[in-house]
Amino acid sequence: MHQSFARANADRLVAIDTISFDLAKGQLVALLGPSGCGKTTFLKIVAGLIAATSGTVQINGRDVTEPHPDFGVVFQQANLMPWRTVIDNVLFPMEILRRRNAAAVERATALLGSVGLSGFERAYPGELSGGMQQRVALCRALIHEPKLLLMDEPFGALDELTRMEMQDLLLDIRGKTGATVMFVTHSISEAVYISDAVVVFSKRPAVIADFIQVELPYPRSAEVRYSSDFTALEHRAGRALGVTR
Amino acid sequence: MKPRDLHTALYPLIGVGAILFAWHVYVTAFGISRIVLPGPLDILHASIANWSILLRETWPTFLESLLGFALAVVIGIPVAVAVANSRILNLTLYPILIATQSVPKVAVAPIILVWFGLGLQSKLVIAFLVAFFPIVVDTAAGMRATPSGLLELARSLRASRAQVFFKVQFPAALPFVFAGAKVAVTLAVIGAVIGEFVGSLNGLGNLLLTANSQLDSPLAWAALIWLSALGIVLFAAVVVAERLVMPWAERGGH
Repeated sequence: MHQSFARANADRLVAIDTISFDLAKGQLVALLGPSGCGKTTFLKIVAGLIAATSGTVQINGRDVTEPHPDFGVVFQQANLMPWRTVIDNVLFPMEILRRRNAAAVERATALLGSVGLSGFERAYPGELSGGMQQRVALCRALIHEPKLLLMDEPFGALDELTRMEMQDLLLDIRGKTGATVMFVTHSISEAVYISDAVVVFSKRPAVIADFIQVELPYPRSAEVRYSSDFTALEHRAGRALGVTR
Repeated sequence: MKPRDLHTALYPLIGVGAILFAWHVYVTAFGISRIVLPGPLDILHASIANWSILLRETWPTFLESLLGFALAVVIGIPVAVAVANSRILNLTLYPILIATQSVPKVAVAPIILVWFGLGLQSKLVIAFLVAFFPIVVDTAAGMRATPSGLLELARSLRASRAQVFFKVQFPAALPFVFAGAKVAVTLAVIGAVIGEFVGSLNGLGNLLLTANSQLDSPLAWAALIWLSALGIVLFAAVVVAERLVMPWAERGGH
């Protein structure tokens, strides 16, 4: 996949200047940047939800001009439908794609089990905590077996402990599905912990401040966070963001 | 019964009881004429003595209100959907809707009677006219208030317009629809009574007028209380329907 010269020109404000990088299949790349730097805009352009002012996003050599069912999107908010039960929320993409069948229901049940939500299938979102809702949203993004998972600060609204749990869950799921993931975050440690590579965005107009290969071993666990390699990567990302020297 | 349920039942009863007691004391202590202001006991007595008449007259008023309300729902929701989804329809219809709403229904009632006669239809139409507006306004507001995140999700899956409407927009608007329906159903009763006041052969409004003209104030008050009861019953029916249609709202949902 290749992305270059994405340029969103909202209100004549250059949100993103020249951004260009390649993402290999099966990679998890974190887009790290300060709030309001345009990383969400960038992700939405990749998702085909917003048109870039100029430039192209290519996936498998084809330009992205509109949303594609091969994508799964997880938003900042869980965005669940309060009127649907947990399992019906997960199955929503299958209904839209007209592929809701017994196998889909089975897969939804299995996905919910894999994120620790067995027994909550018939609950309503209003009965769940924020972390549980975001796990349902993750299952919903995965139900149609997308090749590319686009995540926009999905754990930003969660407390620190839940957030760390969710990061491990994401690594686990990604190990099982082999999906390519693009993950937007403004947390340095989150970006380093979950990714194969970190793209550091500068302040608006966003350009790539640094591209950091993360070669920490898998499976990653909490101990990795305290290793010197991890700290060194955090420092490098911090320097790129201009928050550490 | 949980203590909280007991409280929610008890406090309104205490409030109503206190008012009735004060009313009774005032009427007896100052020797107020029954024609000017009958006491609660007089009204209760009139209610029991005339229960078959009251019940008979409740039926037409009930039908007028219910059918007028039902018609407002059946016509109002599609109009709201059209107005909310089409800029052209919105520009065309909304000013007309507001203009018709600002015409006093009491003033239109005599004309409606000329068109539809003294029977059920004229009251139904007036009840419809007053109930229509809140349903359209609230449903249209609900249609426009769909959370943008849900629309984006639907768009990311390339949902069709019909899918977006039936699976996202409309369910998301349901709380608004019911908010409008609750206002509309009580207004429908008022509309029916307006119609009966202007001209009718039966109904609680008609009974109230007749009793009043005969200086039978206890019966007039009894009719008034039955009218309120009818409004409360219809309102409660909408609340029950809301709970059946939106079970999630009861279970900690939004």
